[in-house]
Amino acid sequence: MAEVLVYVDHVDGAVRKPTLELLTLARRIGEPVAVALGNGAADTAAALAEHGAVKVLTHDASEYAEYLVVPKVDALQAAVEAVSPAAVLVPSSAEGKEIAARLALRIGSGIITDAVDLEAGEEGPVATQSVFAASFTTKSRVSKGTPVITVKPNSAAVEAAPAAGAVEALSVSFSEKATGTKITGRTARESTGRPELTEAAIVVSGGRGVNGAENFSIIEALADSLGAAVGASRAAVDAGWYPHTNQVGQTGKSVSPQLYIANGISGAIQHRAGMQTSKTIVAVNKDPEAPIFDLVDYGVVGDLFDVVPQLTEEIKTRKG
Amino acid sequence: MSLRIVVTVKYVPDATGDRHFADDLTVDRDDVDGLLSELDEYAVEQALQIAEDADDAEVTVLTVGPEDAKDALRKALSMGADKAIHVEDDDLHGTDAIGTSLVLAKAIEKAGFDLVVSGMASTDGTMGVVPALLAERLGVPQVTLLSEVSVEDGTVKGRRDGDAASEQLEASLPAVVSVTDQSGEARYPSFKGIMAAKKKPVESWDLSDLDIDADEVGLDNAWTAVDAATERPARTAGTIVKDEGEGGKQLAEFLASQKFI
Ligand SMILES: Cc1cc2nc3c(=O)[nH]c(=O)nc-3n(C[C@H](O)[C@H](O)[C@H](O)COP(=O)(O)OP(=O)(O)OC[C@H]3O[C@@H](n4cnc5c(N)ncnc54)[C@H](O)[C@@H]3O)c2cc1C
Ligand SMILES: Nc1ncnc2c1ncn2[C@@H]1O[C@H](COP(=O)(O)O)[C@@H](O)[C@H]1O
Repeated sequence: MAEVLVYVDHVDGAVRKPTLELLTLARRIGEPVAVALGNGAADTAAALAEHGAVKVLTHDASEYAEYLVVPKVDALQAAVEAVSPAAVLVPSSAEGKEIAARLALRIGSGIITDAVDLEAGEEGPVATQSVFAASFTTKSRVSKGTPVITVKPNSAAVEAAPAAGAVEALSVSFSEKATGTKITGRTARESTGRPELTEAAIVVSGGRGVNGAENFSIIEALADSLGAAVGASRAAVDAGWYPHTNQVGQTGKSVSPQLYIANGISGAIQHRAGMQTSKTIVAVNKDPEAPIFDLVDYGVVGDLFDVVPQLTEEIKTRKG
Repeated sequence: MSLRIVVTVKYVPDATGDRHFADDLTVDRDDVDGLLSELDEYAVEQALQIAEDADDAEVTVLTVGPEDAKDALRKALSMGADKAIHVEDDDLHGTDAIGTSLVLAKAIEKAGFDLVVSGMASTDGTMGVVPALLAERLGVPQVTLLSEVSVEDGTVKGRRDGDAASEQLEASLPAVVSVTDQSGEARYPSFKGIMAAKKKPVESWDLSDLDIDADEVGLDNAWTAVDAATERPARTAGTIVKDEGEGGKQLAEFLASQKFI
């Protein structure tokens, strides 16, 4: 059976959920072979094996943390040359897309980004994408070379599928260009203890209607009662009320949770672009004409300062 | 010596319009007004600021696109860019990201450059890959997705805010930079700027000017193929209630009925 390379997104050996989702998709096309790079690479093997990786190619070098993107492209290219895969799957993060693009160019292949589903097809893997702010769904293929496809989080279920997961050292020699862009400093994000925005099953967002950084505690309280991640519209981020890492939309994160709750958000096209594919959508807005109401499964026309605290209380009571 | 900055700008259908696909499954450009991608305005802005801080600099805006893409160049010129290059050729219709990066890279080399500044993503394709592809093709450092950028003594520095960390980056020129919408509001063209733009030079190049064969670009030679595009069915109208004191509780009832609580 053909092998499919899966680029592993991990933090010091802890595999992030989107990579496990990729393994589910990779198994539809062939046998997953994972590529894990950098500090803790070998520690990823157990989790990857449990979810279907037949092999885990690992390589660690200081270059991965010291220089931007290119060392990872060199390594992934080495893996492609070693394995001759039927496809290469990469998580659709900002960095993932850049790595995938440069790899595709080097190996003479086409690239598809931001797939939300993947199936085997007669002429290679068929990717589903959601375009024009999620108003259209397309089916595409790579028509030249080895398909390189980046896949968004929450595109498939994580499935247990135990496989050998044999660890093999990947041999990598870095190109002259690998050290072109130096990473001279790094400030890690502080963890909020809440779920990762793109991976969360429930997202609770606040917009301009929240009217102040201090009021975001109302949004956070609702999120915490549901075990949800917190999102924000660009208006709330631009006003300095909430960090940009939490922005949902075209120039923020795109999320596709089971439940999205928009509070004091009008529903501009650029915001919709990042949340329109959510399963169930709920909104609280005092303007009955707000476009967000065109998307909702359930909407409350009212003041969020009344509705949201009452909702949070009721959830806490029901959960006991 | 003068700092040569090339800004890549894309002409895109207005995102607030009703965007569609044409029969050949390329982006329909006829029914929706086009404009300079808002995310490329940030690139123009940062290029102008870098140029203002340099002793001697020249900002060239470059687009690959149809006839109307001149509008995007005009807008960038009226913001303050010095000159423009328009790559236009019938054979370019349907070119994908890999092909577009080839055309842009050849044009950038022909124009001559010390710094390329791109937007973070185009507002129609939203791939966010062209800057990385340009760095790969031009063989220069990639310093991308910056929310802060500066150039001094032949070195570009910037801050890249990623998911896990915020990173400080540094590279020597020549380099390719892309900037995010966090990099600072783009200026509005002034009346003077709009008048001045009318006199600024706009060069037109076609594929032969760039030594690119027609079979390297275009829809039929794309590296990817779109086989189907379907409009997402409109969401079925949901329940909307007016809060009369019980809105929060009603919402909780709905969430419970959907097993979220
Ligand atoms: C290139 C580009 C990229 C963009 N990217 C993004 C992006 O990634 N994400 C994003 O979100 N936006 C993005 N935008 C901005 C977008 O166009 C909108 O400006 C933004 O989404 C508006 O945010 P908002 O809904 O919070 O604010 P508004 O549109 O001002 O809406 C606020 C809403 O709150 C309601 N409200 C006010 N007070 C209350 C109250 N007490 N109780 C209940 N409701 C109340 C109002 O009725 C209103 O509907 C982008 C724009 C551009 C041009
Ligand atoms: N046809 C084009 N002409 C000029 N610049 C482009 C074109 N396509 C993409 N770009 C540049 O590349 C950036 C990223 O585009 P993309 O990878 O398509 O999302 C844009 O913000 C532009 O700066």
